[in-house]
Amino acid sequence: MTVDAFIHLSGVTKSYKAGRKQHLAISDASFDVMPGELVALVGPSGCGKSTLLKVLAGLHTHDGGTVRIGSAKHPFDPARDIGMVFQAPLLLKWRRILDNILLPAEILGLPMAAARERARGLMAMVGLQGYEEKYPYELSGGMQQRAAIARSLVHDPKLVLMDEPFGALDALTREKMNLELLRIWKESGKTIVFVTHGISEAVFLGTRVVVMTAGPARMADNFQIDLPHPRTLDMKTHESFGVYTRRIYKLLGME
Amino acid sequence: MEASESKLKQYSLGVLAHLLLLLAWYLFVRLGDVPKFVMPSPGDTLRALFVPDYGWWTNTAVTATEIFGGYSLALAVGVVLALLFTWSKTLESLMLPLLVTLNMIPKVALGPLIIVWFKYGVFPNAMMAFSIAVFPILLTTARGLREVEPDLLDLVRSLRGSRWQLFTKIQLPGALPYVFAGMKVAAILAVAGAIVGEFLGSDRGLGYLMLQVQVTLDTPAMFMAVILITLLGMLLYGLVLLLERIFVAKDARVS
Repeated sequence: MTVDAFIHLSGVTKSYKAGRKQHLAISDASFDVMPGELVALVGPSGCGKSTLLKVLAGLHTHDGGTVRIGSAKHPFDPARDIGMVFQAPLLLKWRRILDNILLPAEILGLPMAAARERARGLMAMVGLQGYEEKYPYELSGGMQQRAAIARSLVHDPKLVLMDEPFGALDALTREKMNLELLRIWKESGKTIVFVTHGISEAVFLGTRVVVMTAGPARMADNFQIDLPHPRTLDMKTHESFGVYTRRIYKLLGME
Repeated sequence: MEASESKLKQYSLGVLAHLLLLLAWYLFVRLGDVPKFVMPSPGDTLRALFVPDYGWWTNTAVTATEIFGGYSLALAVGVVLALLFTWSKTLESLMLPLLVTLNMIPKVALGPLIIVWFKYGVFPNAMMAFSIAVFPILLTTARGLREVEPDLLDLVRSLRGSRWQLFTKIQLPGALPYVFAGMKVAAILAVAGAIVGEFLGSDRGLGYLMLQVQVTLDTPAMFMAVILITLLGMLLYGLVLLLERIFVAKDARVS
């Protein structure tokens, strides 16, 4: 265990009842996430990656093992320090974009004038300047997801959990959003855990990739991605990129 | 500009359709030489309004009171019950199946009973309108309050938001389009309810008047009564649409 790891998972297990059978959703997940890392959790449907994300969010309890978030240098408040982005933007239809982004600040009871300023700044950062007073239906899918990312950052959380945030976007928009996310990650300096079933997306985004396999759900690998930052799309044609993706394909039994 | 122009065109076509119907009615009576007691001309119908004995004003006021009174009560009771259901799952499981069954009762069949219980008058007829209008409001509101995206629930929970915050910020505004969908259905039903009540037993109101003039075969007056009842219904429906326009964001409206 590294002392300054921001997230430390060791031997985490989680099971749930499906009918009479105990179903193992996570068996032995052990990995560390350093502050400011962007860790991609990759695996097929049903491998427990979303469940693990919910354990991190404090939405699910785990049955065994240790989950520790925060360190002496980076204290962590579970109520305040989690931002979440889901596959659907989940914007409230009746609120303008700026007010949507302010939702976490409202729930946490933060001073609203400052939050509003911050939200405007975030909207500029995610490329939504000028859309403050629009309603969600006036935005494209990619733009709605940008708003969702801004919303996940408005209360300045230390940890952002993303559950297949670009899974519903078309391939081109998705690539564009990957680049955007990397830029936002660099600018905001947040620790991000990113769940995906896109293998090349995981390699492209992650400083580290955690591979999970289904049936039975378990953690299969956990390795550093030594590609330079800032990442560019042409890196996807680099030989080392191929080595990483092949490694994951192999683990998932697709080679 | 273009949008407002096409809107204008849409409205004028709507008005045109009404005028064409009036014209067709006029021509049918005029050219077909239809006896007045079978079908009066538009002019005859209008003239019926000037028979002082019919007390148009009072009777319209009575029917309007029944409709709006029963409808308002249905709105209040329907929404409050639906709210109670969201606060207590047990209450919902207990009451909802029962209410679905009660909804199956043809409310018209209750007419004679209502008269036995409440005698003749404005109140039983308002009750008739209420009993027929309350169910759609209750059922759609309950459904709207239940329809919260599970991920949105997780988002609020990850911020340790309270039940009350979830309710006021997400459930209630999210349910509004459903409330209005129920209100629109209920508006039409409330009018029918009040008139049926007046048919079954009343000494006032447009429905009562219709039965009176039927005896003397004063068809123009019957036509006029139907027109006034329709206008009352349109007034109520228009009011609901207006409120919806004010309170529900464009994209969220359920048509």
